[in-house]
This record gives sequence, C-alpha cells and structure tokens, in this order.
Amino acid sequence: MRLLLIEDDPEVANYINKGLSEGGHTVDTANDGKTGLLLATTEDYDVMIIDRMLPGLDGLTIVKSVRAANIPTPILILSALGEVDDRVQGLKAGADDYLIKPFAFSELDARLEVLQRRVTSALSVETRLKVGDLELDQLSRSASRAGKPIELQPREYRLLEYLMRHAGQVVTRTMLLEHVWDYHFDPQTNVIDVHISRLRSKIDKGYDKPLLRTVRGAGYMINENS
Amino acid sequence: MKTAELLASSSFRLSLVYMVLFAGSVLLLLGFIYWATVGFMARQTDATIEAEITGLAEQYREGGLGSLINILQDRIERDPDSSSVYLLASPSFKPLAGNIDSWPDAKTGSDGWLTFAFKDTRAGGRVFQARARPFVLTGGLHLLVGRDTRELSATQQLIIRALAWGMGLTLALALAGSIVMSRSMLKRIERINLASREIMAGDLQRRIDTMGTNDEFDQLAVNLNAMLDEIARLMAGIRHVTDNIAHDLRTPLTRLRTRLEQLYADLDEESPNVTRVEQSIADADQLLATFGALLRIARIEAGGVRANFETVDLAALAQDAAELYGVVAEEKRIELDVRLEAKPHVQGDRDLLFQAIINLLDNAIKYSPQSGRVLLQLAEHDSSPAITIADQGPGIPFAERDRVLERFYRLDRSRSEHGSGLGLSLVAAVARMHNAKLEFGDNHPGLIAELNFKRSEQAPHLALHCL
Repeated sequence: MRLLLIEDDPEVANYINKGLSEGGHTVDTANDGKTGLLLATTEDYDVMIIDRMLPGLDGLTIVKSVRAANIPTPILILSALGEVDDRVQGLKAGADDYLIKPFAFSELDARLEVLQRRVTSALSVETRLKVGDLELDQLSRSASRAGKPIELQPREYRLLEYLMRHAGQVVTRTMLLEHVWDYHFDPQTNVIDVHISRLRSKIDKGYDKPLLRTVRGAGYMINENS
Repeated sequence: MKTAELLASSSFRLSLVYMVLFAGSVLLLLGFIYWATVGFMARQTDATIEAEITGLAEQYREGGLGSLINILQDRIERDPDSSSVYLLASPSFKPLAGNIDSWPDAKTGSDGWLTFAFKDTRAGGRVFQARARPFVLTGGLHLLVGRDTRELSATQQLIIRALAWGMGLTLALALAGSIVMSRSMLKRIERINLASREIMAGDLQRRIDTMGTNDEFDQLAVNLNAMLDEIARLMAGIRHVTDNIAHDLRTPLTRLRTRLEQLYADLDEESPNVTRVEQSIADADQLLATFGALLRIARIEAGGVRANFETVDLAALAQDAAELYGVVAEEKRIELDVRLEAKPHVQGDRDLLFQAIINLLDNAIKYSPQSGRVLLQLAEHDSSPAITIADQGPGIPFAERDRVLERFYRLDRSRSEHGSGLGLSLVAAVARMHNAKLEFGDNHPGLIAELNFKRSEQAPHLALHCL
C-alpha cells in the first residue's frame, strides 16, 4: 500500500512509519498541515492517515479540503482527544475511520487493511461470501459449512458476516464492537472472546480444518489456509 | 406567574410589611385630622354653652327669676329650629320654663355633661340627641343649657366616612402597588433562575441577560456571569490537564504494549515466556483501560459531550446489552431475566447509556453466585423510565453506597476481583449527565441498582406525537 501520514509529533510519526514500513508499505510523511494537504491533493495514495490536531492547518480542514477536491481516498483520522463527539465530527467531515491515540499498532494495521479493501470490494457487491467450505448467503441470511446448514443467532450471523467480509484480514475486538454491535464503548470483560468462542464452536467444531483463529495480541481472522 | 408563587415571594411579603406600616401612619394622620376638626367643633360648642350658663347665672343674680325666664323665653323665640335646649326647673326638678317638657332622665357624666334624647314639640315632635350642662343656681333652682348634636354628629359622620374611604383607598393602592412591584421583581429573578437552570442543565455557554440599568439585579447578573466565566475557565483548565495527562501517560504505555506485542509475535510458542508476556500485555491493557475510563469520566463531568444527544430507545439498548452479556451469564450458569415492560425513549448519548447499562450488568454477573439469577428490567413509572439491574450477590452495605461512586473506591472483598474501581463512577457520571439518578437497594440478598430517568420537559415521546 502507498500511504500518506500527516502527523506533527515526530515520535508518533516515527512509530507509525517504522511499523508500516516493516509491513511492506510505502509511507510519505508530512509534519504539518500545509505540506500534508499539498501531498494529499497532488499524489495518489491508497489510504491517508491524518492527525486531528496539526500546526497551521488542522486535520478536519484537510479532510474537508480533500473531499471538496473530489478525492475519494479512504482517510483514517488519529486523535488524542478521544471522545465520542470528536469521532462524530471527524466522520462528518468526510473521514472513513477514526482511531484514538494512543493505539496498538495492530489496531492501526488492521483498520488500514480494511479501509484499503473497502475501495476494491465496493465495486463487486457479493451476495455470497465463501471461505473454504464455509458459505454465507446474504440474501437468505443463512450459513453452511460443507453443505451442512449452521444455525446462527442474528448477532452471530452479523459477526460471521463481518469476519468473512474481511477474510484474510485481522479484525480487532474494537472493530467488532463498532461494526457488529454498533456501539462505541469499553467492554468490561472479554465478552467478545466469549461470543467468538461460541461462533467458533458452531462453524469449526467437528471439522478438521479450523477457519476462525485468534491472532495473538491483535484480534481474530477467518482464513482458509490457517 | 402563579398567584401562590407571588404570595410566597419575599418581595411581596416585604411590601406587605411596608403596607402595614404605611397604613399605621395613615391612621395616625387621619386620627389627628379627626381630632383637629370634629374635636375642635365639639370643644367650641361646649365653650359656648359654658359662656351662656355664666351669662344666664349673672342675669339671675341681677334680675331675679322673672328676668331669667324672660331671657330664656326670648332666646327660645329667636331659635326657631331649636338647635339649643333650655330648661329651668325647681329644686325638685319641676320645669318652670324652657323648650323641653321635663328634666332629662340621663345621668350626669363625670365631666359634668349630660347627653340625652329629647322630643321637640315645635319641630313636630321629632326626637333629637342633645348635649347639655346642668347648673345649680342660688336658691336650689336647676338650669340646663345644651345644644342639639344633630349638626355636629352629621359633620362627625361625614368626616369619619371621608377618613374611612381615604384609609381604604390607601390600603388598596398600597396592595396593588406591592403586587405590581413584586411581580416585576419576581420577573427579573425568574429570568436569573431560568438562566441558572439552563446552565445547570448543561448549556454552559449561557449567561444571564442584563437590562443595562446597572441596578442591583444587573449587578447580581454581572457577578453571577463573572462567576460562571471563572468556573468555565477552571473547567477548561482541568480538561486541558486531564487531556495532557491522558496523552502523556497513555502514549508510552501504548508503545510498551506494542513492544510487548511484537515480542509476543516473535516468541516461540513453546517458550516459557509466552505466559509472562501475555500477562504483561493484559496488565498494559488494564492500565490503558483505566486511563481511558478516567478520561471519559472527566469529559462527561465537564459536560462537553452533550452535543451527541439524540433520541435513544432504552428498550433496544437493554436488549442489546442483554444479548451481549447473555453469553457471559450463561458461562456462569446465571439466569439473565430480561423484562422490558415499557418502550421509553430518552434524550441521551447512546454509547454512554449503553456503557452504563453494561457496567451495571457486568457487576451484577461478576458478583452473582454460580447458578444465580440476574434481573434486567426496564419499566416506566409516572412516565419516567427506570432501568433496574438486580443480582443475588453480596450487595453493597448501606453505609458504603455513596462511597462506591467515588473513583477508585472498592469494597474490601472486591479488591481481588478484576476491575478498575471506576465502573460505578462512570455510571454515576453518565446518570448525572442524563438527569438520571443512580440508586441502590437491597435484593435480600444482593444488590438492586436502579437508573431513574426524570422525564425532561421536552419529552421526546411528546415530540413524536406532534409529528
């Protein structure tokens, strides 16, 4: 992926830069809003990562300008403020995702993957999702593995759908809370793990090849060749 | 403005006191006027009668009985409307001359005057009141000289009536004045009250209007506004500091976590360090969660997050919470009894309300014994929604029910449990933000936690009816 990072804090910039480069991405870094906006409007990127508070030009203004210039590149906003109203403002301005600083690198990585994939998969509207012999029919909202139907509760269906939509990508617990449960909150216990293990017992139990696996320290991934 | 409110106002009571004092002084003034007019007239008449008696006694001494009777007859002739009363009587009170038939029956007053009714034969036998003075002449003859009090009492009544009217009018005007005055005062105080309520309800930018008259109300408003500005400044300062602390402490913590994460990924799965690193990551997560919760509470208490208020379906929220935590309850074989008895909507922050329910539900499940029962109930009493979560755990001792809302306060027995000691503080902050009340009760055994929403004035369900 070719990424643009607009971040004034050299330490944070360095931290992100290092992690992303190690992951095989190309990163252009801008240390202030003006340079960042110039790069954002002239160069072509897969995803842009923009800090909310920048010297000179703040992050939201950059997002608005980029959108006003009809550039559809996915944008992820970083913010140290980290409360709900800031997130809403960011998304209203035209950003696609919002991450509160500080964040685990795995969280950023997972979100960038999803953002990039959103653009490519937006073109093909699939009604059937398939991972190995696990199939999900989005029209009848039913799932089956090796032709055998799987009974799913509505929430389990949404959970599986989200995982399968992002098959091969790491999905973090926060991403699941935001997209499957549609709430931004801090779960007091490992409640997501309990839901995952229930789902796992429905789709993987009794089959040789487990599809849903835990990515240590990061989240979950559904994948054919695990 | 309600009448009861007006009557209870201190400005009205003050004007009433003033009115009483005023009425007292008016009464005093009128009393003086009465004394100066009617009293003067009466004294004048008395003095005339005294002079007349002295004159008649003189006549009697000089001219004898015949001369006195002649003079009396002459005077009676010259007083055809008989405003004067004359009677000369023998020592045994037998009438000898005069314009009344007999010596009056009335007793002489202590001042030496008589007041009596008499029938005037010449004026068609009408009865009049008279005031007279008896006098004993030498030789034991009794002389009575008096005046008909008709005119005097008519004047007296006229003046009393005028004074009564004056008094009544004064009181009525004073009452009307005090109502008008208190009303305008109340109106201005009501404006200050209204603004204060709006500010307490979270509109922190609101200030109290001034009239530009620089009177004491304006000064009060200016002072209150200055106080509000100062509070706003301090709050902004606190917010700034907490933001900085959060940023400064959470950033290195996150780096620490990331390094641990990388270390974890590089570890050989057989390595004995796997568990240690796993635990370190869990600890880092716990610390981050605590800072996150602290920041959240600080922000909620600063009142800045009300911007996200929307109409929230509490039933849907409770349903989702029950669904999310149902699996956790099942793992402990706890029966989660969900009773949605109403479908209330409130104005609020959906995510924070969900967080509050989750925190209460999490506590209930955490402290419930295996195979216990947890109740999640949504009801509406007098159109104020209430969420009740009851468990069968150890409960919270009555004396500690307020303290558990403090940050980091934990009951002794729960210290060993996983948790930050911020869960209930957050619920309390969310409750305050939504004008709701968090109350604890006893479930015998167990805890009943209730979130009671006060129905706001602009109830969303009313708004929906209007659509």
